[in-house]
Amino acid sequence: MIPEIGHFALIIALCLAIVQGIFPILGAQLNIRPWMTMARPVAQGQFVFLAIAFGCLVYAFVNDDFSVLYTASHSNSLLPTQYKVAGVWGGHEGSLLLWALMLGLWTFLVTLFSKNLPDEMVARVIGVLGLIGVGFLLFMLLTSNPFERLLPAAPDGRDLNPLLQDFGLIIHPPMLYMGYVGFSVAFAFAISALLGGRLDAAWARWSRPWTIVAWCFLTGGIALGSWWAYYELGWGGWWFWDPVENASVMPWFVGTALIHSLVVTEKRGGFKSWTVLLAIIAFSLSLLGTFLVRSGVITSVHAFATDPERGTFILAFLFIVVVSSLLLFAWRAPKVGLGGKFELVSKETMLLVNNVILTVIASAVLLGTIYPIIIETLSSIGIIAATNKVSVGAPYFNATFVPLLVPLVFLVGMGPMARWKKADMPDMVRQLRWAFVASAIVAVAVPFLMGGWSWLAALGMVMAAWIVTTAFHGLKHRFNATHPELPWGHRLKAIPMSFYGMHLAHIGVAVAIIGGTLVSNYQSDKDVRMDIGDTVDVGGYTFRFDGVIATKGPNYTANQGMIRVLQDGHELMTLRPEKRIYTVQTMPMTEAAIDTNVWRDLYVSLGEPVSGGAWSVRVYHKPFVVWLWAGAFLMLLGGVLAITDKRYRVMARRESKAKAETAMASPKIAAEKA
Amino acid sequence: MKARHKRMMFIVLGLAGVAVAATLVLTALQSNINHFFSPTEVVANQAPKDRTFRLGGLVEVGSVKREDDGLTVHFNVTDNAEVVAIKFTGILPDLFQEGQGVVAQGKLGTGGVFQADEVLAKHDETYMPPEVADALEKADQQKAAEAQQTSTPQEGI
Repeated sequence: MIPEIGHFALIIALCLAIVQGIFPILGAQLNIRPWMTMARPVAQGQFVFLAIAFGCLVYAFVNDDFSVLYTASHSNSLLPTQYKVAGVWGGHEGSLLLWALMLGLWTFLVTLFSKNLPDEMVARVIGVLGLIGVGFLLFMLLTSNPFERLLPAAPDGRDLNPLLQDFGLIIHPPMLYMGYVGFSVAFAFAISALLGGRLDAAWARWSRPWTIVAWCFLTGGIALGSWWAYYELGWGGWWFWDPVENASVMPWFVGTALIHSLVVTEKRGGFKSWTVLLAIIAFSLSLLGTFLVRSGVITSVHAFATDPERGTFILAFLFIVVVSSLLLFAWRAPKVGLGGKFELVSKETMLLVNNVILTVIASAVLLGTIYPIIIETLSSIGIIAATNKVSVGAPYFNATFVPLLVPLVFLVGMGPMARWKKADMPDMVRQLRWAFVASAIVAVAVPFLMGGWSWLAALGMVMAAWIVTTAFHGLKHRFNATHPELPWGHRLKAIPMSFYGMHLAHIGVAVAIIGGTLVSNYQSDKDVRMDIGDTVDVGGYTFRFDGVIATKGPNYTANQGMIRVLQDGHELMTLRPEKRIYTVQTMPMTEAAIDTNVWRDLYVSLGEPVSGGAWSVRVYHKPFVVWLWAGAFLMLLGGVLAITDKRYRVMARRESKAKAETAMASPKIAAEKA
Repeated sequence: MKARHKRMMFIVLGLAGVAVAATLVLTALQSNINHFFSPTEVVANQAPKDRTFRLGGLVEVGSVKREDDGLTVHFNVTDNAEVVAIKFTGILPDLFQEGQGVVAQGKLGTGGVFQADEVLAKHDETYMPPEVADALEKADQQKAAEAQQTSTPQEGI
């Protein structure tokens, strides 16, 4: 019964989404007020029914209802409850439902926090979100219904993939999806600007916080995914340039460009068309990511069993979204105007270059990711000679990403200091010369401290130090220029939150660069065969293998290795890596044992039993690896600080006042003013 | 500088930047493409001799052997038509099993043994890498075609 309620709720949500996608947009175009005002209640209703559907699926998982096909194939009665709940999004159908629920949630939030926006704008934004919802709900109901029954019911479930039975999976997909789907709000704002012909500083100020929140979620989601792969896959890597990872990082790069382009649109009224285009691209790449992950067109170490038919649907949906929004863009963009003029050396130029570089990075990643599909398609329709399947290796991505990162990071230091319209180059050089000297010293010193010269390490360190030193210089500069007559506490408070947020996020980039550079250049690892009592030295630590004992978990049996870590003859700790066999699928799983501190990770995982109690063992010493994720966390925190900026609240108050005053006048005024 | 000159500067700088980036990207792409070959193609000498490529198929049942160091593994992959021996030193991914599909990346070494640097794991036991599925199907079709040819005697292959 409960699954049928869920199924029915999904159908109602689809009907509401259709209404939500048609009437408010038409109402805004034809100026029919009742059609516009229905946007909010309909969207809220859609969210309620999506929540009911989602709740029903959670209920089926928690109560072991194996008459539901999806539950039977992704859960098991022995599965611990928290993983039953996470299992809801452990497979294709459930993750789509999560996608739809997130979209509903974002739309719901838009209905709550849009009191100060013009009615036509709200109607259009909610309408566009409704159309996206129609696409996804149709997809789910036609090809991937999570509530499909299995008759007769299975006696027990096939279990959740053991790799996914982990804390990381509980939070990683929801966070990533909040980011992916969040860009749909930026997209909806962009489309509504094109439809209404209104694209001004106020528009940028409305869409900025939404874009930043989505970006924060995406940042967190990517970092969690990388962390999960690091400790769960048992081979100690943290980024593989795998198609599925690329799918999440492409919208991130474009989203980062969008955040910066929105600054120019808000402060200077510039880059308008470009900002709109970026919003369209960011969301299209999110959809492309869904297509890549869900269609299985590319071999990926992350690929799960997939169904090509479903890929066709997403591809068609992607095609409709991209083509229609680009057509709309081509038709309406000339109307939104270009914005103010600026000199060659100015903040605008630097942000423009920032945008170009980020877009080029995203394009290079895109090319490498879909190159195998392009070649295959071209050869199958006979444009190029038939060829074997190809794949693009990780070195390609490193070889393009790192050289592009260098000028980008250089601009991270310069940009915040530069003035709008026309920057004073000699003055900037004078101000930043000490930052440059300090960075150079750090770049030379750190490689020697770490135990060996490496050009790449020096390059990474100079970039990181440049960001940090210029950020502190910028803070000091701003502090000195802010109300010198006030006590310093007040002066710190007078600096806007968004300024702190920006520098914190930039410092996050530096911290992540430090982590990535040092771990890639100075990690040491050994794959060894160890008999009981054998020792191996890695990274200044001695690891002694003391054998393996058998243990048992709720739904697995395991061999637990005992590896004592010694330094200078003192025993520091015992690491207990496991080799688990999950009983339902008899699937083996390596569970690494990791000891983390600020300076290094010690990482041990078990390979195979060899003979007579000996095992093959993998031992890593990874300096500074945790800085990678700490950096991502700082970026996220920077984003959060930025949206707490007063000016969004002040603006909200001012807008609502202005709106009350003009409420009597014709509703078209706002559009005409733009 | 006049406005027109300034605009020219923008355009020239922009084009130069994009050209540099494009060169960078295309060179990197050129040197990092790995082609996929099936065991049949490797046996037929179609695979490159001194370039990294990918080889995939099913792990032949009973072929996995470990050396005494516990780390060097020998196994065979097959597309049910031909067999290629692979040597790999290191710890294999969790889901490496006899009879399952794998993709290995490396170079062809002496005596036709494929020296793998990397054996690709997968996350899900029901997942079959598309290349492997493709190779199996091709070998199957070829066999069927050959069977037909031998039954109707014509020119040899």
